[in-house]
Amino acid sequence: MLEITLSKKESYTLIRLNGEVDASNSVELDQAIQEILAAGTKKILVDGSTLEYISSAGLGVFMSYLEDFQDNNIAFVIFGLNDKVQNVFHILGLDQLITIEKDQHEALARIYDA
Amino acid sequence: MKHWQEFMMHELKLACEKNRLGELRSFLSDILKPKDLNEIVQNQLILAVEEVCANLIIHSHNCNPDDFIKLRVTDDAHKITFEIFDSGQAFNILEYEAPDLSKVIKEKRKGGIGILLVKKIMDKIEFESKNSQNVCRLVKQLKSK
Repeated sequence: MLEITLSKKESYTLIRLNGEVDASNSVELDQAIQEILAAGTKKILVDGSTLEYISSAGLGVFMSYLEDFQDNNIAFVIFGLNDKVQNVFHILGLDQLITIEKDQHEALARIYDA
Repeated sequence: MKHWQEFMMHELKLACEKNRLGELRSFLSDILKPKDLNEIVQNQLILAVEEVCANLIIHSHNCNPDDFIKLRVTDDAHKITFEIFDSGQAFNILEYEAPDLSKVIKEKRKGGIGILLVKKIMDKIEFESKNSQNVCRLVKQLKSK
């Protein structure tokens, strides 16, 4: 089960992921990011504090947008990952390619720092 | 007096549908929970087995719900072995050359990194195919305390 909640804040968009991302639902995550990009958002925060699991299908979605984020100067930060999920990003070294912060406060500090 | 080594075996038959992956995870979680593994390692093992199964379900069986794969988990004090059986065209995980991460990003590909995860997580990977019956064997050594 995966529940995706998008909320448009004053100067950024927040994606909240609740549950598990795998090959059966990663397309929903993909659509959510596409939707946000189409709206022209320049700052995207992903709240992963209730994300319980992610497989390569979910990682692949994030990876497929890294070039677009860079080319279009979009700040993208994931925060709140539990140890298990953070470890999955770490196995392939994705934690070096994607900005991951401990909590929302630090994630916001990071995007306004940029 | 004879001492039999403790040995457990579990099996799951899974229809080739992507929405069965959750069922696969709970099956594995029930087996791994009683073991003396930290939750990061437990999650890694579930992930690696799921990646192999998802690969077979999607690419070898085109998500055909009439097809099945079978998973067998055996363990003793020293190691845990996951065997994934399927029939049909073989996907040889050992011959598959995992793509370079930077290439995946550049080409904006959404797939291809699952096998890379499996290779990083497991200690030993074997593949056998005979008369269209394929088995992928993943072994993880358990650290003794």
